[in-house]
Amino acid sequence: MRALLLSMPVVLMLAVGLAFPAHAQFAGVGRDATDAEVKAWDIDVRPDFKGLPPGSGSVSAGEQLWTGKCASCHGDFGDDNHVFTPLVGNTTAEDIKTGRVAALKAGGSARTTFTKVNTVSTLWDYIHRAMPWDAPKSLSSDNVYAVLAYLLNLAEVVPADYVLSDRNIAEVQARMPNRNGMTRAHGLWEVNGKPDTQNQACMKDCQAEVKISSALPDYALNAHGNLADQNRTFGAVRGRVTDPKAAASKPAAAPANAVVTALLGARGCTGCHGMETKIIGPGFKEVAGKYQTRADVKAYLADKIAKGGSGVWGSAAMPPQAQLSKSELESIAAWLAAGAQP
Amino acid sequence: MNPDDRQPGRVRKAPENFLGAEFVRELGRDGVNAERRNFLRKSFLAAGAALAGAPLASALAASPGAGDPDILNLPPWSKMLGQPVAARPYGLPSGYEANLVRRQSPGLTSVPQASVSFAPLQGLFGIITPSGLHFERHHQGWVDVDPARHRLMINGLVKRPRVYTMDDLMRLPSVSRIHFLECGANTGMEWGNVAVPTVQYTHGMLSGSEFTGVLLSTLLEDAGFDRVKGKYILAEGADGSGMTRTIAMERALDDVMVAYGMNGEMLRPENGYPLRLVVPGVQGVSWVKWLRRIEVGDQPYGTKDETSHYVDLMPDGMLRQYTSIQEAKSVITSPSGGQVLLNKGFYNLTGLAWSGRGRIRKVDVSFDGGKNWRTARLENPVLPKALTRFNIDWVWDGSPAILQSRAVDETGYVQPTYAQLRAVRGTRSIYHNNAIQSWQVAASGDVANVQV
Repeated sequence: MRALLLSMPVVLMLAVGLAFPAHAQFAGVGRDATDAEVKAWDIDVRPDFKGLPPGSGSVSAGEQLWTGKCASCHGDFGDDNHVFTPLVGNTTAEDIKTGRVAALKAGGSARTTFTKVNTVSTLWDYIHRAMPWDAPKSLSSDNVYAVLAYLLNLAEVVPADYVLSDRNIAEVQARMPNRNGMTRAHGLWEVNGKPDTQNQACMKDCQAEVKISSALPDYALNAHGNLADQNRTFGAVRGRVTDPKAAASKPAAAPANAVVTALLGARGCTGCHGMETKIIGPGFKEVAGKYQTRADVKAYLADKIAKGGSGVWGSAAMPPQAQLSKSELESIAAWLAAGAQP
Repeated sequence: MNPDDRQPGRVRKAPENFLGAEFVRELGRDGVNAERRNFLRKSFLAAGAALAGAPLASALAASPGAGDPDILNLPPWSKMLGQPVAARPYGLPSGYEANLVRRQSPGLTSVPQASVSFAPLQGLFGIITPSGLHFERHHQGWVDVDPARHRLMINGLVKRPRVYTMDDLMRLPSVSRIHFLECGANTGMEWGNVAVPTVQYTHGMLSGSEFTGVLLSTLLEDAGFDRVKGKYILAEGADGSGMTRTIAMERALDDVMVAYGMNGEMLRPENGYPLRLVVPGVQGVSWVKWLRRIEVGDQPYGTKDETSHYVDLMPDGMLRQYTSIQEAKSVITSPSGGQVLLNKGFYNLTGLAWSGRGRIRKVDVSFDGGKNWRTARLENPVLPKALTRFNIDWVWDGSPAILQSRAVDETGYVQPTYAQLRAVRGTRSIYHNNAIQSWQVAASGDVANVQV
């Protein structure tokens, strides 16, 4: 009897094995990946450069790509902080020698990407998988080498005539300014890591005096909007009225405006334009204000959005917005002409 | 005061700046809120502002004469035919709940696709966050992935690289588990000083949900992963940012899940529809959304969000890399900063506690800024690496108070004070701030965010 019981699963396994590979515990579920599929998706580049594709790019080629695809967010020299934290800056020739960025200890200065990143593989991988911001994974391997070469030159890690490639990238790693600036000696990584604070659950007379060391000033209480509007209007507590003007009720936004503002987000417009003020391009309210008296305002703006342009609001170019349908263009133009109400 | 400090908007652009020393001195001199207010008048004002013309009905309204008009005169909903079933095929909150929504912190980021929206913890109950109020953190915008075209690949140190469709994944042995999800940068704006007014902004990168999916160990075994050389996995997203994070194999085999369900329905797009990684107890960035690939490897990957971001700056200038575990933490959600108590008397003080190392063992509450403590009631269930709700009775006598909560987890670890945390990690870490939070109650009933 015992022998019979033991043998039954074996018989079942044999039967399954006829239809499915011997390893498949979950018959009929999933399949093996093809080599081409793995190659298409296995894009990560490790600190030991496993995964780095062959190729090369020069600083000068990178500069051209940078001007066209990167500078509008990161600035011509990678040090702009209007959209993202600066990539370059606050590293020194001494840091390149020691592999520790002194500014991180000194404090006070902005933490740029080059002050932190310890592995050049990360930068290659980052640019390749996620850049440019609005068109990730659109750069060829050689383009990535070139853009990274330009960045490394801005950070004074490589000279202006450098050609970065899979063959010399290890030399660059040996010059990364913060290559020795990371530690895993802490308790927050291993499953059983040891905590670095040791509080006690004291219950009575734990301290003699309590002193307030920090609080919000009154003028900043409304910085996040009227707090009364961020709590229920019934229950155990109310939100504090931090904006006296908010006591007057606001008229509800017209549904048509909500449709357009949703569209602005869905079509990527809000990546560059703030509702009120400039991000990369001008704020929608600013555009509305500038053109409101123009007789052909709707047609003019629809045409501008469709074709893009530069020079009116600054040097950053707005690319043509081919993703917008004609009716979407007209809705956005009409909304701008009516004052860009949220 | 330095005129530069007077700019409207946030106190700190955050998380790396600090209040000026002169400004802090002025605070100490003038106090935060000396003005005593009339509770009743203000609560009516707030109610009136939101309800716009609705009668000011409240038990607080002293009703002279025969009684409360809302009792004496039947309201319209008692004398009408209601709405039919399925009038709203996917249900919505009451229109009266419009104040409790995800909100951004002005000035925190300049691009809304690489930003954060915070959950309104000040008004939530229990340990499950409504899916529509789950906090958001995206690195390159959110996408709505077509589930029919979504694939999960397992490759690297495996016998057989594998591909699974959603059809495949939803046939595999399923588990449902409740866990908290906290961004490593939660409370990050407060490392140096108080920066934001309410618990939504101090602690709102926190949510709790029931997740349903497949244990990652199931998939790793199906692919025949290398048990000797396979020390780490890389998880990768299918979105534009291609989010990638390294997870140690020991953890990956423990309780990590590949989840498609959240709170009884499919994940919301903002939370990774149709597939995300669930890494219990570990900071949110590792819970890769729109998960497309798991690679098994023999060393960590040093990805963008493990070198350029999510590294914790220590006072000696070293960056802690691969900080992952969210240590025990708690916060009182009501009463909390930016709220006003109605009047003296009884209150149910309530809050949340959680630990990335297991269950919460107890939560103590102080009403005097940490001099004395009382142990709160923990509501069931108390689950590992999940939010735990605590409550405690409080009779407010009208005098100033400083409210704090302090969590202890099952390892015996006690949530630290700001002084203890800063003594080890300084004030520039950005990530993993789990210090005890203080809310100051003024005699006026105003509750404010303070640090002691």
